Amino acid sequence: MSAGHSVELETLFGDYPLDRAFDEMREANGELRSHYRALAETLASLPADELQRRKQSADLSFLTQGITFTVYGRDEGTERIFPYDLLPRLITGAEWDHIERGLTQRITALNLFLRDVYSDAKILSDRVIPRELVYSCKHYRRQMRGLQVPRNVYIAVVGSDLLRLNTGEFVVLEDNLRVPSGVSYMLTNRRVMKRTFPQLFSSYGVRPIEHYAQLLLATLRSLAPEGRPEPNIVLLTPGVFNSAYFEHTYLARQMGIDLVEGRDLVTHDNIVYMRTTDGLKRVDVIYRRVDDDFSDPLVFRGDSSLGCAGLFNAYRAGNVTVTNAFGTGLADDKAVYAYVPRMIRYYLNEDPILPNVETYLLSEDKERKHVLANLDKLVVKAVGESGGYGMLIGPHSTAKQREEFARQIEANPRNYIAQPTLDFSRAPCLINNRLEPRHVDLRPYVLFGDKVNIVPGGLTRVALEKGSLVVNSSQGGGSKDTWVLE
Amino acid sequence: MLSRVADSLYWMSRYLERAENTVRQLDVTMSLMLDTGGASAETRWKRLLVSLGKPTGMEWNGDLEAMAQKLIFDNLCPAAVTYCLNGARENARQAREEISTEQWQRLNRLFHHIHSPNAQAQFGSSINDLLASVIDGIHLFKGVSDTTMIHGQGWQFIRLGRYLERAYATATMLEVYQEDLFNPQEREHSGYQYLEMVGLLRCCTSFEAYCQVYTADLAPDRILEFLLLNRDFPHAILYCVDGIRSAIESIQRAGGRRSPDDLTAGIGRLHALLGYTSINEILAGDTHAFLHTIREQCLRIHEQIYRYYVHYSIQSALAV
Repeated sequence: MSAGHSVELETLFGDYPLDRAFDEMREANGELRSHYRALAETLASLPADELQRRKQSADLSFLTQGITFTVYGRDEGTERIFPYDLLPRLITGAEWDHIERGLTQRITALNLFLRDVYSDAKILSDRVIPRELVYSCKHYRRQMRGLQVPRNVYIAVVGSDLLRLNTGEFVVLEDNLRVPSGVSYMLTNRRVMKRTFPQLFSSYGVRPIEHYAQLLLATLRSLAPEGRPEPNIVLLTPGVFNSAYFEHTYLARQMGIDLVEGRDLVTHDNIVYMRTTDGLKRVDVIYRRVDDDFSDPLVFRGDSSLGCAGLFNAYRAGNVTVTNAFGTGLADDKAVYAYVPRMIRYYLNEDPILPNVETYLLSEDKERKHVLANLDKLVVKAVGESGGYGMLIGPHSTAKQREEFARQIEANPRNYIAQPTLDFSRAPCLINNRLEPRHVDLRPYVLFGDKVNIVPGGLTRVALEKGSLVVNSSQGGGSKDTWVLE
Repeated sequence: MLSRVADSLYWMSRYLERAENTVRQLDVTMSLMLDTGGASAETRWKRLLVSLGKPTGMEWNGDLEAMAQKLIFDNLCPAAVTYCLNGARENARQAREEISTEQWQRLNRLFHHIHSPNAQAQFGSSINDLLASVIDGIHLFKGVSDTTMIHGQGWQFIRLGRYLERAYATATMLEVYQEDLFNPQEREHSGYQYLEMVGLLRCCTSFEAYCQVYTADLAPDRILEFLLLNRDFPHAILYCVDGIRSAIESIQRAGGRRSPDDLTAGIGRLHALLGYTSINEILAGDTHAFLHTIREQCLRIHEQIYRYYVHYSIQSALAV
């Protein structure tokens, strides 16, 4: 770094504070990590308002592309652009290879677990996981018992949430096995970033992610029912009012498949058809972005019209593939999560590559006592929720909130787990033309058809509010592009 | 393609056409009002409303600016520009995977423009600029539609919506205007009469095209002939019906399913009605009734398209 740069770097960073959490850009002693050097120098070399200008031009590009998400509960202006940060998050090739191996191992084990539980349930007879825990899970679907799933793949599309702890180690926080979203932001972020920092991008040698849609299509095709060589693949969306509707249209377009709603589908003699201008056309594979509950009013929630009546029977008959399979939420129940390392040892006879976050099961008397005594230090989560709902962050909570949670835990201990409040890593973000650290997680997207495929990178989600630990877009989170280096 | 998506494309296109129609008619009406010697502002406003399908809540209150503001920005009035653009965008969203990114961005930009504070400011400073910017936006959208979208069924449904909406709106407008055109008020100076006729032509962006065919010699019967029976001008009704016919034929060809006889017959009937009738015959008969028939037949064609392509019964589709 030249002397001239360091002065500018100094103004750019200002009082960029370091604390106990791992900083993605700086070592504990304040030195820049070597792979962040080129980024920092580029930033320092830009004229003062240039970053703002690029940010505005990127903003506009998101808005005109209609890359928005829906904010529920408001009549007007229900669309907002997904907030994002202009600076990429960098991950070295070695770090990524470790993550990739770890996720492959984990997803393989989770899939074996689902297959086992919905057939012989050996893992339960061998008492590796308590029977009661599995059968009391609200996402367990009895209807799936004994059902042959194409290629035994239950979870074709996964978006796991990883955190980096202050040791620098990546851990898995959640396995999203139902309908993980956000991959369209990963793809569009990359497109905008390539336009915003073209030279920097090419000088870094970033691994490409753009083929995700193609991989997804290949994955879906590989799961088509037997005897359907030219399968008709569709994406099932709940419709324009869903917060991820932009993503559904984006993926359908990138794959060149039809985007259907429940009202476009009909079943007859256990075959699913869609209504087209040329009459009814048979559907072979459904990439489902509708929750289990809403998928088939005859089998699941009867009051829902988002799905298609008769879909489950057609699925059971093997005439249509629905992916992810029904009932996969069982394996991302936050209490079942605690057992994933044991699953990996049980099914694969390997040690977990990516560790879990320490988790207290509140149905265990001893652990519950400990948690209730330490509510102000812990994070409590409802087991079946996602998106940052149903959560208590101890250190940021009021006594009243803690009382409320304590009551709910006593009333239904199976419904909650607790974890230590994590000091997960922070990455530099552009806040008011200055660099400031914000907490980030990482959601890589995993595809599972013939084999496990992970595009290098994923969505880095950012808690844009200072000091906040919540990265969910529904709760004021944003995102940034993730560059996995060669 | 999916029936629902085809329906959305069709309506997206109709809404855009409708927005354009409102903008043009508003523009022309306001400019006619500048010449105070002709009909009163109230009469003109009433005529505009009838021509736009009699939207409620738009009754003349004496304040042209306030009225124009409503007709552009009222999100609840079916004839208002924003209402139509909202409708177009909402339908485009439903068909997002079928239209190109360029189309979507164009439409989105227009949508954000009309809802921006900028548009309000423009309304205050120069309403003409605002109206022109909306027309520009719509034209750009049509341009990228033609150049970036596969000319398959989806594109044909867009054409179908455009021509059906245009044929219907033009027939409505002629029905409203023809009385004033053929029975000019005694006191009216010929200069005002001329402005009226130019206004009518400009509502269909057809003044220059008319002049190319008939020279600037404006006469009511020629105007009617031009807007009804010209085969080469895109805003003439016969041209639109031709467009409807060719769109349906293409949709049929692409899908390999024959259109039902009553749809083909309905379009054929309307086409023959316009293609084999001379303007003298029309004028000799009941012009009003003639225009009314065109509108009714358009409505019937719309219903048949909906019944056959969008909302058909499953039982009959399974029987095929």
